[in-house]
Parts: sequence; C-alpha cells; structure tokens
Amino acid sequence: MSDKLLFDRIDEPGLDTIEVYMRRGGYESLKRALRMTPEEVLQNLLDSGLRGRGGAGFAMGKKVSFLPRGAMDKYLVCNADESEPGTFKDRELMQKSPHMLVEGMIIAAYAAGANRSFIYIRGEYELQAMKLEAAIHEAREAGFLGEDILGSGHSQTLVLHRGAGAYICGEETGLLDSLEGKRGNPRLKPPFPANQGLYQGPTLINNVETLATVPHIIKMGGTEYAKLGVDNSAGTKLISISGNVQRPGNYEIELGMKSRDIVYGLAGGPEPGREIKFWFPGGSSSPVLTPEDLELPYDFDSMAKAGSMLGSGAIIVVDDSNSVVDVALTLAKFYRHESCGKCTPCREGTNWTVKMLQRIHEGDATPMDLDIIASVQDQIMGNCLCVLGDAMAMPLSSMVAKFRGEFEQYIEEKRAAAGFGEMPEPSPIAIAGAA
Amino acid sequence: MSEQSPAVARYGHGSRIPGWDDSVDLGKDPAPVPDPATTPVPPQLREQIEAAMAKYPNFRSAAIPALHAAQDLHGWCSPEAIEQVACVMRLTPGYLTAVATFYDMFETEPVGRHRVYVCTNISCSLRGGPELLAAVQQAAGEDPDFNVRGFECLGACDIAPMASVNGEFVGPLELADAEQLVADLREGREVLPEKQLSRRACADPGAKAQAHE
Ligand SMILES: Cc1cc2nc3c(=O)[nH]c(=O)nc-3n(C[C@H](O)[C@H](O)[C@H](O)COP(=O)(O)O)c2cc1C
Ligand code: SF4
Ligand code: FES
Repeated sequence: MSDKLLFDRIDEPGLDTIEVYMRRGGYESLKRALRMTPEEVLQNLLDSGLRGRGGAGFAMGKKVSFLPRGAMDKYLVCNADESEPGTFKDRELMQKSPHMLVEGMIIAAYAAGANRSFIYIRGEYELQAMKLEAAIHEAREAGFLGEDILGSGHSQTLVLHRGAGAYICGEETGLLDSLEGKRGNPRLKPPFPANQGLYQGPTLINNVETLATVPHIIKMGGTEYAKLGVDNSAGTKLISISGNVQRPGNYEIELGMKSRDIVYGLAGGPEPGREIKFWFPGGSSSPVLTPEDLELPYDFDSMAKAGSMLGSGAIIVVDDSNSVVDVALTLAKFYRHESCGKCTPCREGTNWTVKMLQRIHEGDATPMDLDIIASVQDQIMGNCLCVLGDAMAMPLSSMVAKFRGEFEQYIEEKRAAAGFGEMPEPSPIAIAGAA
Repeated sequence: MSEQSPAVARYGHGSRIPGWDDSVDLGKDPAPVPDPATTPVPPQLREQIEAAMAKYPNFRSAAIPALHAAQDLHGWCSPEAIEQVACVMRLTPGYLTAVATFYDMFETEPVGRHRVYVCTNISCSLRGGPELLAAVQQAAGEDPDFNVRGFECLGACDIAPMASVNGEFVGPLELADAEQLVADLREGREVLPEKQLSRRACADPGAKAQAHE
C-alpha cells in the first residue's frame, strides 16, 4: 500500500471505468455502508474528524447531522465549481477517478437521508464533465444508483449539472440559485442550506474532495482515519501548488506536514537564483504569508494562527522577480469581475480598489492612497452578504500591511517616471470644471 | 454655463462615465413568453431542452443547460436563440437574457467559432499569461473565426500559462506556441497535442507507486 488515499495509483489506465475501479476494491465501501444503519455511517463521519475541503473547513459529519430527520425530499449537492484561483485538485480527481466521487456521494446521501443528488461542475471543465457523466451512467447500470440500491431501501438519483463560468457559483448559496436556473446571487444566511437549501428543501453541500474521502473513511473506520494528520486537522489533503515553483501540480499530503517540505521538497521551490517573496497558503482568497512562515506545519489551525487560512489547499508561490503591486492588481481585478453586485461594499469596494491600484500603476498616486486602500478593505470586511468581498479584502490588506515599503517605493518610482515630481498635475477634469 | 465644455471627453450617450451595461429602451413593452405557433424551434434543440427539463424537480433548473445547447447551435446567445429557449421553457426572453448575461461562457454578442480562453489570473500571470494572451490575439489577427478572450483562473494552474481551446486545456505555453495554436485551429488539426492537459500524469510521485503491480 502506498500512503496515498485519494491519489493512490491515480494514473492507472482505465481507472475512470467501473471495471478497473471495482477490480481495485471500488464500491466495497458502499456495500459496507449500506449494511450499516445511516446513524452508524454518520457516526463514522463524526469520528473521522473530516473537515470540509472546499474552503471553510467545517466538520463534515456535523454538517450531515444538521439535516432534519424524517421522510421528505432531501438533497445532496457536490460543489465541483472549483474556481478559486490556484485550485485544481478536484479536476484531477474527477477526470481520473470519477467513481470515487460517485461512491462517496451515495454513501453521504445515505447518511444524510438524501434521495436526490446533484454535482455542480464548472462549465469550463468539459472533459471532466464527460468522464463524470459516463461514470454516473455506469453506476446506474450497475445498480448503485436508482431505486432500492442493493436492497437497502435507499433510493437516489444523481444529476450532473454544468455551470457556465462564474466564480460566485462556488459560494454554496450562489450555487443553489444557479442550480435552480437563476443568476448565481448568494442568499442571506440563515436559513442555512441544511434547513432550507435547494428548492427550499434540506440540503447538504460538500466539496468534491470531501465527498471523495468518504469511501476511505468507511473502509478504514472513522476512528482509524482520525489518526491520520494532526490534532483538529485529520486525514490527508490534496494540495495544488502553482506559481513560481519548479514542479507545480497536485500532491496528496498528510495534514501537518511542514510547509517548507511541501514548497521546496515536493514542488522543488523557486527557480535557481530566485527567492520566495510571499505565498498564498489557501488560494487567492487567503492572506499572504512570508518565507519565515514556511516553518509552520500545514494544517487548519497553524494557518489560522498565522493570520491566514488553509482554504482550499491551494498554495501559490510568488518569487522576488514579481512586484507585489502587480499581484495585488491582478487579484483585485479578479474579484471585481466576479462580484455578483448584490451588495454595495463588495460591488463598489472591489471596483474602487482596482481603480486605486491602477492609479498607483500609472504613477498617479501618493503613499497616502495606501491608507485609503487599507480603509476601503476595512469597510468591506464583515459588511457583505457572502465572503467574496472579504476574500479580496483579506489578502489585499495583508499585502499592503506586509509590503508597505515596497508599495511606497513603487509609487515613488512610478511618479518620478510619469514626470510628476513633487506635485501631481491637475487632472483634465479639474481644468474643465474651472473653465 | 449651459454648454458642455469641449475639454471633457464624453461617451456617445453624453456622460463622462461609460456605465455598466447597455441601456434599456424603456418605451418598449417587455417581451412576453413566445408563442409556439409563431416561433419555430429546431427539433433537435427542442429535444435537448426538454430532456434537460425532465432531469430536475423544477424545470427552471434547465435554464443553463438549455442556453448551452442553444449557444452550441447558434454560436452565441442571439435574440433568436434566447427566443427559442424561452419558447420551449415557457419563460420570458428577458428572464433568460438576465441569466445569460451573468455567466462568462455565454456570449451575448456574435463571436468567432474557435473559442480560445487564455488565463490571465494570478498563477498564469506569474508565468506570462498576459503576454501569451497578446501573442494569441496577434496571431489570430482580425480573423472573424476566432474568439480570443482573457479569462479568469481555469483550474489548470499546474500548466501555467495555459489556454482552453474549444474546451481542451493546453499548457504550459511558450509565446512561440501562439502561432502554432492558431495555425492548428485554422487547418482543423488537433491543437498542440503534446501540450494537452488530458495526457498529463499527476505531479505527485507517490501517486505512481506500484502502478504496475
Ligand atoms: C466566493 C466563494 C467561492 C467558493 N468557491 C468554492 C468552490 O469553487 N468549491 C468549493 O468546494 N467550495 C467553494 N466555496 C466554499 C463553499 O461555500 C462551501 O463552503 C463548500 O462548498 C462546503 O463544502 P465543504 O464543507 O466540503 O468544504 C466558495 C466560497 C465562497 C465564499
Ligand atoms: S459579497 Fe459580493 S459576491 Fe457576495 S453577495 Fe455581496 S456583492 Fe455578491
Ligand atoms: S491561474 Fe491560470 S489556470 Fe489558474
């Protein structure tokens, strides 16, 4: 046995077919789960300590237990929108081992008492959607989906739903609206999806990786799985590493591994002669960390203690050949583009942040503008309907706070280059107004 | 001071700011749900939309799949395409336009049939994404067959800088690949086969262990 769970021999040819998957012991966990009661399956999920892999890190078993009991239409939705910049782990899993996700979804639905399930996959993942569609068809033919699965009394449908390109549809309530055929605007919470979600029914929403881990938990037993990883961060995690490293890609690690061993050991560190300037530990929405923080273990609590978050497990490394201002501008433009526009601090705040960074870029700003940028981020944080606004404000304020010197130097250099010297020229609009 | 100062650059509509969207003709009545008797819908499209509607507890969920199907057929979400979807789904064209304009993959203007999305988000821009976009745009030139767009993270930062070419992910791309990419599309060849993501192995060396047991 290799020490991989989700990525165990992931490149084996044909693993995307039910034959190879079952030859390797696939769907045995499902059979085992269906011999247990839903409560026993739920207990295993609770014991495992599995935390959500989509970004928020909420305990999965607990979320399942929030769904009301009793006979009614209940829904399970798999979040396969994967649009957080830097994240591409779900893609590899769905493309190469789609049955692992399907099996996990059937077990999770059984535990939650959900009879209808959906996979919301981002529209750009066309190959992965095809693989999943084929896998769902095979699973149905094999009797793992449909009425009275394997004589257990549990019935379940599974529909693959392709999105059409919108980051906000990764946010769980935006996803639900989009799945209902509307614009993907997030909803006010509460009510939480566990009570009122898809079509107003109780809904469990989990990330692809979270659900794909479920068969392994059933196979090992919850308490056994909990021994992997470290305290409060159980299990293995798929991490996506990208940016300025020599071996970008997906890796499966045991949580609690030293960050330096991931960035340098697995991904090979930056190109020779380059130094790391900063890194995002959990996708572009996580506050940036500095090279010193590479000594920290990579787990939920350590990242939170360092003022950032593990997020989706996407590490983006930025080396010293890049300017922090350019990265900040790219980041802000992304969030401006993806803001759904429903609430003002996010819609206007992202727009103003881009404008201010562009002024810096054009040599049209003064160091005082950095205080305004920081204050705009403060106004966004905690004042939005969903966390997209915060997802820009948090990394952006961390950049301004940690690299203020570089921002100021950049501003002065650009100002000098634009020939503004000490005093900025009056703008044409001001002249027109005076005329 | 009633005259507009000529010193200020103004947009066609007279304002100094471009505005978010195209303005709406408020004098026009909202379009009703199209009448099936006067709205011809290609049978194959109707079938696709009806099949999608049958998959969900609420038919409205099929809006995105239906728009995908209509766009595949018409090349973009044209007023005619929207009209046909609206007719089959019994929704107003306005509702579907509102949905279509929310999502990046739906084209609300006519576009070329070769869809090239070049990622310009963080990980790609650290490795030359914006320059790649410029190179592809230059290689495609004014060719109306091409729809070259800068795009947000496509979930393939491991092959940065990358592009999605008619749905096929390719990378890591050099600037010189831009010419090849455009030429492959023009001549109907497979695009940069050796750079396709679908053929790439997982980066984790441990994942390969005992692959041949
Ligand atoms: C703006 C935004 C984008 C998100 N994008 C994703 C995503 O692409 N995939 C995902 O699994 N979760 C995403 N999330 C997190 C989801 O809202 C939700 O927490 C998650 O799907 C729950 O699954 P988990 O508990 O298994 O992690 C996003 C959240 C926000 C606020
Ligand atoms: S925070 Fe932004 S994305 Fe979220 S609901 Fe408000 S406007 Fe929309
Ligand atoms: S940043 Fe380009 S694919 Fe993710």
